[in-house]
Amino acid sequence: MTASTAVIRQLTKIDEAQIRDLARGAAILGTGGGGDPYVGRLLAEAAVREHGPVDVVPLVDVPDDAVVVSAAMMGAPTVMVEKLPTGAQFAQAVRALTDRLGILPTHIACIEAGGVNSTTPIVAAAELGLPLIDGDGMGRAFPEVQMVLPTLYGHAAAPMSVADEKGNSLVLDTIDNRWAERLARTATVEMGCSVSTAQYVLSGRQLKESFVPGTLSLCVELGQTLVQARAANADPVAAVAELLAGRILLEGKVTDIERRTHTGFARGVAHIAGTGTDEARCAVLRFQNEHLMVEVDGKIETTSPDLIIVLDAETGEPITTEGLRYGARVRVVTAPADPRWHSEAAHRLAGPAYFGYDTCPVLFDGTPVPA
Amino acid sequence: MRIGIDVGGTNTDAVLMDGNTVAAAVKRSTSPDVTSGIIEALAGLQEQRAFHDDDIEAVMIGTTHFINALIEARRLAPTAAVRLGLPATASLPPFVDWPAPLVQAMRGRPYLAHGGHEFDGREISPLDPDELKRHAADIASSGARSVAISSVFSPINSELELQAQEVLQAELGPDVAFSLSHEIGRIGLLERENATIINAALRELATTIVDGLASSVAGSGLTAPLFLSQNDGTLMDVEYARRYPVATFASGPTNSMRGAAVLSGLDTCAVVDVGGTTSDVGVLTQGFPREATGEVTVSGVRTNFRMPDVLSIGIGGGSLIRENGALVGPDSVGYRLTTEALVFGGSTLTATDVAVAAGRADIGDAGLVKHLPKATIDRALEEIAARVADVVERMRTSAAPLPVVAVGGGSVLLPDELEGLGKVHRPENFAVANAIGAAIAQVSGEIDKVYAISEGRRSTVVDEARQEAVDRAIAAGADPSSVEIVDFDEVPIPYLPGNATRIRAKAVGDLALTAVVK
Repeated sequence: MTASTAVIRQLTKIDEAQIRDLARGAAILGTGGGGDPYVGRLLAEAAVREHGPVDVVPLVDVPDDAVVVSAAMMGAPTVMVEKLPTGAQFAQAVRALTDRLGILPTHIACIEAGGVNSTTPIVAAAELGLPLIDGDGMGRAFPEVQMVLPTLYGHAAAPMSVADEKGNSLVLDTIDNRWAERLARTATVEMGCSVSTAQYVLSGRQLKESFVPGTLSLCVELGQTLVQARAANADPVAAVAELLAGRILLEGKVTDIERRTHTGFARGVAHIAGTGTDEARCAVLRFQNEHLMVEVDGKIETTSPDLIIVLDAETGEPITTEGLRYGARVRVVTAPADPRWHSEAAHRLAGPAYFGYDTCPVLFDGTPVPA
Repeated sequence: MRIGIDVGGTNTDAVLMDGNTVAAAVKRSTSPDVTSGIIEALAGLQEQRAFHDDDIEAVMIGTTHFINALIEARRLAPTAAVRLGLPATASLPPFVDWPAPLVQAMRGRPYLAHGGHEFDGREISPLDPDELKRHAADIASSGARSVAISSVFSPINSELELQAQEVLQAELGPDVAFSLSHEIGRIGLLERENATIINAALRELATTIVDGLASSVAGSGLTAPLFLSQNDGTLMDVEYARRYPVATFASGPTNSMRGAAVLSGLDTCAVVDVGGTTSDVGVLTQGFPREATGEVTVSGVRTNFRMPDVLSIGIGGGSLIRENGALVGPDSVGYRLTTEALVFGGSTLTATDVAVAAGRADIGDAGLVKHLPKATIDRALEEIAARVADVVERMRTSAAPLPVVAVGGGSVLLPDELEGLGKVHRPENFAVANAIGAAIAQVSGEIDKVYAISEGRRSTVVDEARQEAVDRAIAAGADPSSVEIVDFDEVPIPYLPGNATRIRAKAVGDLALTAVVK
């Protein structure tokens, strides 16, 4: 993503006008997962209407002694579109945590820029009247609490709070970030599988070393790029690939799709037959909550942690793993993740082996990760 | 024999079907009052092929009335939407993200109340009858005459919606109509609730229209049972139609596609239905339309009822032709074609005039379009062909050849061959495909639920789901010996415990006429 930051306009505040673009861009960074941002968008719009615009602070401008809390939803996206969260529960999760710790938060941050969690921190920031950091802990979407860059810097997810819409909350103290995931997930189920959380309390200094800068601006830029490319009859998919400094791997039609449930996680495989200039090529896309690995004609072309993005071939709208259907005409874009996702420790955290694929990580351009 | 009638915005078509054979077919203009157009069409059938009341087993009607009423935001009942789910959902009340003019047109009023369920069936909070009574008092004073009730996770447990209806009905009296979300949509609260509100707003119109349809059929001396076409191309009886007008929304394109399948003998094909105002392109797989995935936006409102995947463009027989043929549509003279088109002595250049001038159709007086320059005619017809071909191309789902079937009164606008697609099939009687689709419709039952599938129980759960769909089809009037599963889909739901899986199954069978006579 570093290659094209120059063209991205810096957000200074978020009001209703930006939220739609931000949510659309976040769905692209969601790489097929991260939850449908529609409800998140509506919540953020409602919060900004009620409390006014949210100030956005560039990562570099955050004071070293700032007290930053990340706000996010946790649970099943399917539940979130049915049992809609309340705006107040985001602020409640933050307060439950900061009151317990006896600290005063100065900023709210986004831990996951991909999918619905790109907009939930806007709700928390608006409710609490705090500025929001332009950046996130991943630069994409991943399914578990510990799968963020701050983990690689030894920063702790917990103390972490979990709050439901009824007013219940709990604060977890855990020995590491995987335990935070495990215990929070259990509480989430009991609380109805859709909760708000506050996590990763970081100082400004810790935040600046471990976060991906500029990702909220990037989301808005991505969303606007899609809309503008379509309006100008330009190729929206090419515009997205360029903005992410990625490549269009293949254009094709989904010819086969199978989904299996395996220990609570959906695992799927989609076959994509090339069309147009890609006729005679064939891709195999493997996904769980996100798109995680793509092969073309038997060669692995990209794996997690780099980004595998499936877009509608015509409109460039992102397609989620659940929304993938037989017959869909798609283009697969691969793009680089933040370079810090390519250490050995990072690969243990979110590489293909962690997701059960017996292979070494492959970069977005089809090359193996240099040793 | 059966009679199929399609009441469109422009034309009212009727067919008399003997099995899958067309015994008589007529096309009349839709009258502003609907009724007289139907009576005329039935009289036309009688002229072509005399029949006796006893010969007719059933009358099937497809209508675009309800979707048109929504699109034009007219004749909508003042509607209240009551949602059960507090303290959840409070930030996004009913009517959130709706176009303001539509909310005003139905004087939409949102209400939030306690209730709702968790994904696993626990209650979010108990129902509060006093709270509902306070809402009822406000609804009564606001003058709302129709109420939509939604409850969180009601597709899994419908109890609270039913209880809330009981409380509200007792307060508001029998004249207020209720629409319950669990009977209308699936998981996805806002989309299901939106569809329910739309249904509620159309309830009064449904009564008027259904009564009108029934009286025009009875007025023509027919005593056979009357059915209306649903979105998926299957039938509902008149009582059901009064309660669920929203279920007719996509019946037009669906009937057209299914009628084309019968007429052309192709059961997997692309169907292009060229009407008066739009061309609708859909894909039929084994006789049934492919369904749209995800949300369907109707008149600016997101809904999730199951609609056929149809792509529409603003090209039809009544489309205005401008800029020497370079601009076709999207506006249309609609039902005023027979007064405003040049071939009918009017003063507006329409797509129909161009087709007549090119010798593709014999409609009205060809002498009235003789003066049109050839360049304009060619350019307009090329534009129409290119845009329709592009839409068909976009709807294709595989490299395999997909036959194209053209139907609808405006299909004379299309050439005999479409570039990149090949021959255009034009089945006999194609101009009344919608009415034929209505007449051959079957009865369906479907389920769409979330199941927790424990180890080793998958096949049992799947069998149960399939059986439930079959049972529902039979309950809806299908002949048990003809029912089969036509659609089955299971998708695991991420992050839910217990291997939660969403299963959808649809069963379809022939109408058992003896069983449903009313």
